[in-house]
Amino acid sequence: MNGDTTKKSTPYTVPIGPVHPALKEPVMFTFQMEGEVVRSVDFAPGNTHRGIEWMGMRRNPVQIVHLTDRICGICGIVHSLSFARAVEQIAEIEVPPRADYIRTILHELERMQSHILWAGVAAHELGFDSLLFLAWRVREQSMDLIENLTGNRVNYGIVQIGGVRRDISDDQRPVIEQGLAYYRGLLDQMKTVFLDDSTIRMRCRGHGLLSYRDAQLLCAVGPTARASGVAMDIRHDYPYCAYGDFDVHPVLPPQEFGGPMGDVYDRIIVRLLEIAQSIDIIQQCLDNLPAGEILWEKKLPKLLSILKKAQGEAIGRVEAPRGECMHYVRMDGNEAPATWKVKASSYSNLMSWIPMLKGEQLADVPIIVASIDPCMSCTDRVTIIRNGSAADLTKEELTRLSREKTRRLSRC
Amino acid sequence: MVRLPMMPELLRQLFKKPATNAFPARYLPPSVTKFLQKVAQGEAVINPPVPVPPGFRGKITYDRESCIGCQLCLKVCPAHAIEFLPTTKRVRIYVAQCVFCSQCNDICPKDCLHMTPEFLLACEDRFAESQIVE
Repeated sequence: MNGDTTKKSTPYTVPIGPVHPALKEPVMFTFQMEGEVVRSVDFAPGNTHRGIEWMGMRRNPVQIVHLTDRICGICGIVHSLSFARAVEQIAEIEVPPRADYIRTILHELERMQSHILWAGVAAHELGFDSLLFLAWRVREQSMDLIENLTGNRVNYGIVQIGGVRRDISDDQRPVIEQGLAYYRGLLDQMKTVFLDDSTIRMRCRGHGLLSYRDAQLLCAVGPTARASGVAMDIRHDYPYCAYGDFDVHPVLPPQEFGGPMGDVYDRIIVRLLEIAQSIDIIQQCLDNLPAGEILWEKKLPKLLSILKKAQGEAIGRVEAPRGECMHYVRMDGNEAPATWKVKASSYSNLMSWIPMLKGEQLADVPIIVASIDPCMSCTDRVTIIRNGSAADLTKEELTRLSREKTRRLSRC
Repeated sequence: MVRLPMMPELLRQLFKKPATNAFPARYLPPSVTKFLQKVAQGEAVINPPVPVPPGFRGKITYDRESCIGCQLCLKVCPAHAIEFLPTTKRVRIYVAQCVFCSQCNDICPKDCLHMTPEFLLACEDRFAESQIVE
C-alpha cells in the first residue's frame, strides 16, 4: 500500500449492515462521515425478499389470506384485512356489520401491541433496557387478549373473505373490558416514564428531524408523517370497517409538548397518544357491537366458487400501526389472482431516513433508524440478481424493462 | 432538573415476582435435550407452560372413520400440508408443514378435523410418527 491510500480523507465511509446488532432488521446503510457527524447517507433494502407474492399467485384467495398473515410478524391483521378488502371489492361482497366491528377491535388491539412493542425497542436503542422490559411486560396483556379472541398470539387467522372466522362471545367481553381498564390505568404511567424522563428528552428532542415539507415530499405515512404535522390517517380520510361510525381524527403532537417538530420525541408522543385513541375506539366498538352474522357466506365451497368467477381489480387500503398499507389484486376468472401486489407501510417511510439522518451523530443512528418503526421483511418485494449475485439497476435499464413489458402486454 | 420517573417503578420491581414463566426449567439447563431426556425417564420435572386459551389452535387431529375423502381440505390448505391417498381415499397431514390456520376444520363437511391444545411439537425428524397425522 502506498502513502496516498493510507492517508485519511473526509468524508470517510462507514457501512452499517446488512445485518448489524444496532439494526433490528436487515438493511444496508452507507454513511459518509465527517468526524462524528453524518454528512450523507444511502441505504439498500432488499435482503429479506421471500417471494410471497409469487406463492400467492398460485393459490386461491382463501389460502392467500393465511399467507398474508405471515407477511409481517407484528401486523398480523393489517395485511390480511387489506387483502380481504381488495378481494371483497372485486367480488362485490358486503361484509356484515358485526364482522366489521370485530375486525376493528382486533385492528386496534394490534395497533396497541405494535406501538408498545415499538416503545420498548426505542427505549432499548437509547440504552434504557429497564424501560424495554417494562414496556414488553405491559404488552403481554394485549397479546393475551388477541390470543383469547383469535386463538393465536401472532398469526391470528381471524380474517376471512367476507367477514371474520371467530365471533366475540359474551364471555369474552368482560376479558376485553378488563384489558382496556388495565391499559387505561397504565397510560398515565407510560406517559410519565417516557415523556417526563430527562434522558429520553435529551436523546430524542431535536434529533431525527423531518420537516412538514419533507414528510409531504417523501410521501411519509403513519406516525412518521403525523409527528411532522401532516394530518393524514386512512381511518379518517378513507374510513373502512367500522371507523366511519366513530370520530377518528389523526393524532398530531399536541401544543403542550411544543407542537409538531417532527423529531424522534414527537414520534414517541404520537404513538403513545394513539394507544389512548385505540382504547377509546375498542370501547366504542364494544358498546355498539351490532348483532348478526359474522360471515357473508358461511359455506366455504360456495365462497370459493364465487371467488373463482370474480373478475376485476381493486386496491385494499388500511391504516397499519406504521402507516398506510396497500394491497392491489387483479382477478381474471381463475382460481388464483392474476396479480397481487403488496405495499407495506415501511416502504413509504424508508426515504425519510435520508433527511432525518443528515447532520446527526453516529450514536444517534440506531434510535433515528428505529423511530420510523421500519419493517424490512414486510417491505422487501424485489431482489435483483444478476450472474448469481445481487445487482443494482440503473434508471436506463429500468426504463428499458418497463418499455419491454408494455410491448409484451400490448402483443397479447 | 434531572427527572427519572422510572426509578420508583424499578425499586418496586425489586420486590416483585418475575413476570416470565420459567419454562421448561427454573434455571436454564446446560443442555435442553439432556434435560428433556431426564424428564422422559422421570428424573426431572418440567415447570409447566402457561395454559393455552380456549379455542387455541394446536396439533391437528383427524377422525379417519367419518372422513368421506371429499378433498375439500386440500383445496384450502395454504401450506399444502395435506396429502390425499387415492388407494384408501383418506388424507395424511404433515404436522411439520401445517401452519395451524384451522381452515381445513372450517371447510370439512363431516367435521372430522379438529385442533387440539397440544403445542410442544418440536422434533428433529419431520417424518417422525408424531409429525404425521393420518
